[in-house]
Amino acid sequence: MPVGYGRVVASEIEGAADAALLADLRGVLGDRARDNDFERGLYSRDGSIEGSSPAIVCLPTSAADVAQIVRICRQHRRPFLARGSGTGLAGGAVPVGRPVVVATSKMDRIIEVDIANRIAWVEPGVLNLDLSRALSPLGFHFAPDPSSQQVCSIGGNIANNSGGPHCLAYGVTTAHVAALEVVLPSGEITVFGGVDAEPPGFDLRGLFVGSEGTMGIATKAAVRLTPNAPTVRTLLLDFDDVSEGSAAVSAIIAAGLVPSALEMMDQRAIEIVEAFAHAGYPTGAAAVLLVELDGLGGGVEAGVEIVREVAERHHAGHVRVAADDAERALLWKGRKNAFGAVARIKPDYYLHDTVVPRSRLTEVLEKVYRIADAYDLIAVNVFHAGDGNLHPILAFDRREPGVDERVKAAGRDIVAASIEAGGVLSGEHGIGLEKRDYMGMLFSTHDMYTQDLVRETFDPDGLANPLKIIPTGSRCSDSFHQHVPEGAWV
Amino acid sequence: MNRRSSGGSEPQWEGASTGSPDAGASLAANIAAEVTAFAHEVGSCDPVTVVGAQAHWDVGGTPLAGTREVRAPAGVWEHEPSEMTVRCGAGTTVADLSAHLAQTGQMVPLDPADDAATVGGVLACGFSGHRRLRYGHVRDLVLQTRHVDASGKVVTAGGPTVKNVSGYDLARLLVGSLGTLGLLAEVILRTLPVPAASQWLTGDGDPFAAFDLLYRPSSILWNGSHAWILLEGDPADVAAEASKLEPAGFAPCDGPPPIPAVGRESMRPSDLRALAGTGGEWLAEVGIGLVHRHEAVQAAPVAPANALLMDQLKQRLDPDNRLNPGRRPW
Ligand SMILES: Cc1cc2nc3c(=O)[nH]c(=O)nc-3n(C[C@H](O)[C@H](O)[C@H](O)COP(=O)(O)OP(=O)(O)OC[C@H]3O[C@@H](n4cnc5c(N)ncnc54)[C@H](O)[C@@H]3O)c2cc1C
Repeated sequence: MPVGYGRVVASEIEGAADAALLADLRGVLGDRARDNDFERGLYSRDGSIEGSSPAIVCLPTSAADVAQIVRICRQHRRPFLARGSGTGLAGGAVPVGRPVVVATSKMDRIIEVDIANRIAWVEPGVLNLDLSRALSPLGFHFAPDPSSQQVCSIGGNIANNSGGPHCLAYGVTTAHVAALEVVLPSGEITVFGGVDAEPPGFDLRGLFVGSEGTMGIATKAAVRLTPNAPTVRTLLLDFDDVSEGSAAVSAIIAAGLVPSALEMMDQRAIEIVEAFAHAGYPTGAAAVLLVELDGLGGGVEAGVEIVREVAERHHAGHVRVAADDAERALLWKGRKNAFGAVARIKPDYYLHDTVVPRSRLTEVLEKVYRIADAYDLIAVNVFHAGDGNLHPILAFDRREPGVDERVKAAGRDIVAASIEAGGVLSGEHGIGLEKRDYMGMLFSTHDMYTQDLVRETFDPDGLANPLKIIPTGSRCSDSFHQHVPEGAWV
Repeated sequence: MNRRSSGGSEPQWEGASTGSPDAGASLAANIAAEVTAFAHEVGSCDPVTVVGAQAHWDVGGTPLAGTREVRAPAGVWEHEPSEMTVRCGAGTTVADLSAHLAQTGQMVPLDPADDAATVGGVLACGFSGHRRLRYGHVRDLVLQTRHVDASGKVVTAGGPTVKNVSGYDLARLLVGSLGTLGLLAEVILRTLPVPAASQWLTGDGDPFAAFDLLYRPSSILWNGSHAWILLEGDPADVAAEASKLEPAGFAPCDGPPPIPAVGRESMRPSDLRALAGTGGEWLAEVGIGLVHRHEAVQAAPVAPANALLMDQLKQRLDPDNRLNPGRRPW
């Protein structure tokens, strides 16, 4: 099987097949089924560096639309792929096998806010920050807050089991999803989980969250509402030495604090963020920690004292406590826009995502710098230090010949170094295409075989976002290879 | 590193506490040996069930007659307080785990009715404790599982770090599966700091109004006439929240009455209000929607499409129905 991305050869036969498929989809969706080059181009990539072309793009407005699309795809034996905002960083939304893209952008209603049950029913295309903004006057928010929250969709958050700075205290998306309406790969509509305390049977809801669109398409979700904290304090600590910064991270946790967020930035990150956000980040420092404590006043103020003590013990230069909401927002503006700000040094970037035990942060960070140097790339580190979730950014210029290979090789080395330190492949971005072939670094063949058995239960024909997550060849039986859709590249 | 084998009966591993790379390797080898021995015991042929403390033995049915009984490995194997994670055998009792963690001021809020229950038993049932309101569902405390599957092989799911989305979330599938898809051998759980202060209050005030008044209480239990509210956290905060409750008719007390341990009736949190004035002895978790009863409760039906998926999962993962035959989680 050929290796390498983006190698779809459109033949005349494919053209005819696409036309028949389009005609059937138009029968249901009218002009919301599209095959113009512009839109196919628009949906050919996500936030990763992979890309390929879909056959058709559909814009459903209801679960019934989605079910019809899936049934038509089944009739034509054509893969389909859910897509939210396309900000995924692991290639989960990259179309493979000339699929039909099911974009959820027109399914963007907040259906019901149910305060008595602390639940909001939403469509998958609702943007993460739009939901929290709508809940804010009621005193609640949706806890997962990816840095991309202004643009990413709840459906994408669910499919990727996304995290964010504040997941340190509140947990990642799966802890905040009570129920899901799903169009199964069979075309049937069902509901997993429930708003009640203990829905019976296996936790199909928990299995679906994080399955990256390979078990069907979520068309509605009951997400949990988290009360806004009465008191919030945000601190900025700067260090002359990255290892002191990392040690302070462990010390804060070891002191029995669970900050709502604990983020770290290295010197390069500080410089580019400051040039853009003008938040007063100390540009001379080797590292800063952004620490947020929230909850009731007593615990928060006691926590601030503990953080101050730790800062002193680890020779922090300054401890800046944001005086008000405006200053707090400014400090966060820098952090949440750090990735975009990388464009100041190079036009392209590749954002990694691995997790290591907190105690190994210093060591793995040093390795990241060495790996970047070895491949002649620039590494910038802005990450969720509190849960050991590294996000090395490799900045590069796509126009340089051979740079893609270097970026991928460096990425692989970073993943290997993280796993060697007792870490995992991904903390929040998922596996998708990007890390699919690294799964064997963490899991045995039998582990992956078992995962694939579970996936296959939902999608025996391999039509839902095929060839993601599990590497091909994980199944000893030939049946696995039969799922590889025609025209797919692997 | 802070390690201890609990339970007394299993080996104290030499060199496991020095923290040297060799010690780490020998610890890992010893854990692997325990898990492998369990896998051999489970084997690949006959019907088998895991016996824990039998604290939840009848949940979802009792194993068919003639089913061979095995025990999961026990022992707190690795606890790194600054990582806030703990690795233990699934056969470890919650009492042993709690005692070990308490030495460093940490806990895993599993909170079974009887803490002789094993960690694996609590997770297989998927029963959260009475502090779910604050700490979430037990499945969200699980980071990594190692289980023995129907073919007698060990399967690892999840990962050892506090955050992880590598691969399908089989660990969540196992929680609540009553051991019908795999037998838990080893788990890595998230730990939390033991709160500095903790106070129960009781009274005949409106527990639903109390829930709206408080910021993240740990538990609100209600029997239709009285409520018991648990506040945890910083001492000043607990005192301040308690003083908010006093005008609403609540006063400090030692704790709630024993929680009925037979039936668990699941409903939407908002539906609990309708229980007011209904007879019988029950205790409901306000904000959660769970009613604990002395009588068995009929489980709600599962939608046909879901039942089909569940049957097929069972079929694929345990084709000969040898794992806990006679039990069914729906
Ligand atoms: C600058 C930047 C910062 C980021 N920061 C974070 C961060 O802090 N934390 C974090 O976790 N992630 C982060 N991300 C990654 C990304 O934003 C998240 O993974 C996000 O949840 C993806 O949402 P989306 O709507 O863009 O999904 P897409 O990229 O459109 O899709 C992602 C996956 O979800 C599937 N999918 C989408 N909708 C559905 C549905 N309705 N049903 C089934 N499957 C579906 C797709 O098939 C695909 O596999 C960041 C990305 C960027 C570009």
